Amino acid sequence: MADELLQRLAERWPQDVELLASSPDTPVLRVRAGALKEVARFLREQGYRMLLDVGGVDYLGHRPAEERFEVVYHLLDVQERRRLRLRVPLPAQDPRLDTVSDLWPSANWAEREVFDLFGIRFEGHPNLKRILMPDDWQGHPLRKDYPLRGPERSRQPQALRSRFAPLKLGAEEDGR
Amino acid sequence: MTVSVGPHHPSTHGVLRLILELDGETITDAEAEIGFLHTGIEKHAEHLTWQQAITVLDRMDYLSPLSNNLGYVLAVEKLLGVEPPRRAQYVRVLLTELQRIASHLVWLATHALDLGAQSIYFYGFDMREGILDIFEEVSGARMNPSYFRVGGLAQDVTPGFVRMVDAYLRAFPRRMGELRAILDENPIWLARVRRTGAVTPEQALAWGLTGPNLRACGVGYDVRKAFPYSAYQEFDFEVPLGEHGDVYDRYLVRMAEMEQSARIARQALDGLPEGRYRVEDPKLSLPPKEEVRRSMEALIHHFKLVSYGFDVPAGEVYQAVESPRGEIGFYVVSDGGNRPMRVRVRPPSFYNTQAIPLIIRGHLVADMVAIIASIDPVFGEVDR
Repeated sequence: MADELLQRLAERWPQDVELLASSPDTPVLRVRAGALKEVARFLREQGYRMLLDVGGVDYLGHRPAEERFEVVYHLLDVQERRRLRLRVPLPAQDPRLDTVSDLWPSANWAEREVFDLFGIRFEGHPNLKRILMPDDWQGHPLRKDYPLRGPERSRQPQALRSRFAPLKLGAEEDGR
Repeated sequence: MTVSVGPHHPSTHGVLRLILELDGETITDAEAEIGFLHTGIEKHAEHLTWQQAITVLDRMDYLSPLSNNLGYVLAVEKLLGVEPPRRAQYVRVLLTELQRIASHLVWLATHALDLGAQSIYFYGFDMREGILDIFEEVSGARMNPSYFRVGGLAQDVTPGFVRMVDAYLRAFPRRMGELRAILDENPIWLARVRRTGAVTPEQALAWGLTGPNLRACGVGYDVRKAFPYSAYQEFDFEVPLGEHGDVYDRYLVRMAEMEQSARIARQALDGLPEGRYRVEDPKLSLPPKEEVRRSMEALIHHFKLVSYGFDVPAGEVYQAVESPRGEIGFYVVSDGGNRPMRVRVRPPSFYNTQAIPLIIRGHLVADMVAIIASIDPVFGEVDR
């Protein structure tokens, strides 16, 4: 059932949708940002009536700048009890994406949170403003280049800063 | 008229601000503002080792810390490809079900208090004390126990624990009867909750509601049944459903859930398997203290685990568990190092709270109080 659906997806968007073999229990699709809206609409019609979550990931230092960010969508088909995960890579420079809040209203706050904490813009969102941080906040805290204790605190002496700095024990440490 | 309710208002059950547009006493429009409790838990978790991160994630849903523990450790275990011993799985089920009862008791107590029923507040919190005592016995902490660990449990359960749970579950039906006797046929209670704040199944799915709020609409989605984890498929229990999706049905569903949780806890206690309480991998589990004193190798393992932790293979997983508030999901990404690269939490309360302004439209201000409480949001989890 699910395989057939994935087959149809691959036929319809051969350039934009790719099945990843990264998770044993849930099918994971990598979707190109430009095709997300159409793929999402198609999947919603196929029974994925619930968008459980939208989250961001910053792969700074692990991937090239053209795909530094990733927005991850967790879909659920309540009737068939199946899940699907969409991963949409985005560039470091001006990351933006179409909103899906018109398809799934649950995306409204979730997209605002991704915008707030990662600085990824959702085009067509009805109310794209910060949600967790104060309105006048500078920067996007969940980005990897945003210091844990904030830009102000990180100008303090090294002794204070190192309290939460990564442990450097093995040779494999990459300065993350 | 525009009225700002909260963020410091007892009926908002935490720090929620609602901006209401009123026509007389009727709410014509509403907007919610959140974020007052944002403490950067997801960011903080990226700077701790895999095992340490349990303690900060513990503090999101502070009424159900063990659900937070369980979802996170299951996600990391999935990445590691580790299966915890059956004894650990059963204890996890037993404790998270007790946690569900404790959490629902707080919901019931505060919900009823909001609507003017004061004695049930004392009964509810008194019943919850018994469960917190059990947590204290087993982990040393009443709240935020951080008791589940990657690979099993922090320590084994004690014989005293078994006796305490047994006594609690024996007294449970009588005490539930007392709670029900106060509310089930109380005309004031029924007048306030029936046909108030109704949600259709279509709305619930569109808004991403999960847990009792979704099941009160008649949608039978429960993560424990749909995607069983931690040996839930071995337990016999029912998923209570509502019909109308109103405040009253949410009440009925949660009351029935507490009884089902007690049923699961009883099965877990009676069928508690013998054996290890965490995996026998020295690269993952701390060696027994006695061994550390005698064996050089155990000392090295101990030192490495406490200072560096362990590496987790690169990859990404999503693990959902059924918390008292709905599906709490952990999307965990590892780059192969000794700390999480990203822990994204799908907090059920975040989505449930998003629906509050949509549900209260067209209701009276007094009904807003009943609706917020019936949604049962926890803002530690909404704001993280």
